[in-house]
Amino acid sequence: MTNQQIAEDIVAKFGENAHSFEEPWGLLTLTTNRQSIISLLEYLKQHETFCVNFLTDLTGIHLPDNKGAEFGVIYHLHSLENNVRIRIKVFLSQDDIHIPTATTIWPTANWMERETFDFFGILFDGHPNLIRILNIEEMDYFPMRKEYALEDATREDKIDALFGR
Amino acid sequence: MEDILIPKNTSDALALNRPIVEDTEFTTLNLGPTHPATHGIFQNILKMDGEKIVSGEQTIGYIHRAFEKIAERRPFYQITTLTDRMNYCSSPINNMGWHMTVEKLLGVTVPKRAEYIRVIMMELARISDHIICNSILGVDTGAYSGFLYVFQEREKIYEIYEEMCGARLTTNMGRIGGMERDLSPTAIAKIKDLIYNSLPKAWAEFEKLFNRNRIFVDRIVNVGPITGERALEYGFTGPNLRAAGIDYDVRVMEPYSSYQDFEFDIPIGHNGDTYDRFMVRNQEVWESIKIIRQALENLPEGPFYANENHYYLPPKHDVYKNMEALIYHFKIVMGEIDAPSGEIYHAVEGGNGELGFYLVSDGGRAPYRLHFRRPSFIYYQAYPEMCKGVAISDAIVILSSLNVIAGELDA
Repeated sequence: MTNQQIAEDIVAKFGENAHSFEEPWGLLTLTTNRQSIISLLEYLKQHETFCVNFLTDLTGIHLPDNKGAEFGVIYHLHSLENNVRIRIKVFLSQDDIHIPTATTIWPTANWMERETFDFFGILFDGHPNLIRILNIEEMDYFPMRKEYALEDATREDKIDALFGR
Repeated sequence: MEDILIPKNTSDALALNRPIVEDTEFTTLNLGPTHPATHGIFQNILKMDGEKIVSGEQTIGYIHRAFEKIAERRPFYQITTLTDRMNYCSSPINNMGWHMTVEKLLGVTVPKRAEYIRVIMMELARISDHIICNSILGVDTGAYSGFLYVFQEREKIYEIYEEMCGARLTTNMGRIGGMERDLSPTAIAKIKDLIYNSLPKAWAEFEKLFNRNRIFVDRIVNVGPITGERALEYGFTGPNLRAAGIDYDVRVMEPYSSYQDFEFDIPIGHNGDTYDRFMVRNQEVWESIKIIRQALENLPEGPFYANENHYYLPPKHDVYKNMEALIYHFKIVMGEIDAPSGEIYHAVEGGNGELGFYLVSDGGRAPYRLHFRRPSFIYYQAYPEMCKGVAISDAIVILSSLNVIAGELDA
């Protein structure tokens, strides 16, 4: 079973809802939208030959310059039977940062989604307990967003220009 | 196994199966954040009906250190020190996993000798991780002496780390492109003494003390079982998943660092209970010994680092005499080397399971986004389900056998 076969199968089933197929370092990567993500995950999990039965990782990314699609949710799936990994991305706009939860398919998505919410503020609709997990509950911002620079902006001993950056 | 187990009807002294009466008064018990039995800083709020656990809720994040955020400003080689502090029981595996991720991004091919040295260090780390988990499981059930016997072996492993990199716990071992130093004759002597002599003896003795010890076996058989299917749904990996009967091991499925050169078996259990987790870890120690023996016997000659001036620090004596080496030294130390852009997921088999690094590089000196797939964080969420309806003493044993490491939990 090759990446090509999986990609063709997904295109046949989901058409334009699955696009931007890539293969960086041999890992099949595709982008979909939030309307089709759950059905795509379910389809891959139920598929008789693909058996993509393992959710390895779920995380977020913030791309502030990517207007209209500032936030990404990245799923890493693994078919343990065929030993094939798939990466699925969904991009969301800053103004409407909702995506359906994957906890209905994999209970392990619970904490992964809570972590993603905690750091990026991505709202997983239908999640049973979407509260902060690693940061304190009183925190009123989402620290992994790019607008929160790591270091104090007033510091003068670490000016990038001095290092030619 | 049946021959040494207490018959089922006499072992139910606690009457754990009785139904909850309507007006039962529940007790809330805080197990943690700092409790000797949690072996780390995290909290379990348990709702108890007498000795029986009705439900549990976890609070984590007490030692969250924002590694993913910090990593976004650090040059690649400085992130190694962050990975140390995740699963601090087996730091070299984290270090090597990170180096391999960056090497994959840079397209660096590491010489065979460096890969073999890495395998040796990673397997030593796995052994020390399993020594901690299994011997502390003994301590939690009241058997202290096994712990004392095998911790001496862990000390010897730490001495080997010291020989290799100067540090013991947070090792920062190896570099992007290879190792920072070759195996010294002292290190080889120490490893040989460990794997041919002292460790097999100590581990055989440890197994003799525990494996068919009736008191111990009664405490852990059928405690906290999880089916393979449920374990997969909960994202279990590593020894905990293999104990549930699923033979997933990253070393075999996606061999990295020349693991395909070695002959070893993947031990699996079939009940997924505490006993199986204990036995799988026990057996993995033997398999690791086997791998280290093969690696030492077939250790290839040659350089222990890749010839990549851009990423691998030049030898110090060259820096003083050679202009080019000085330039590279400066650029690497100041973190002025840009990496190519790309998106990578690289996984290694950590002490607790699949340790993954999801790295997005935008072509700069630091990662644009780095996410650690931390096995402890992912499987610890199954804990309330596993300890539902068991006695408090069993819940401690289940927690201990899952080997949740607080550093890896919180990152």
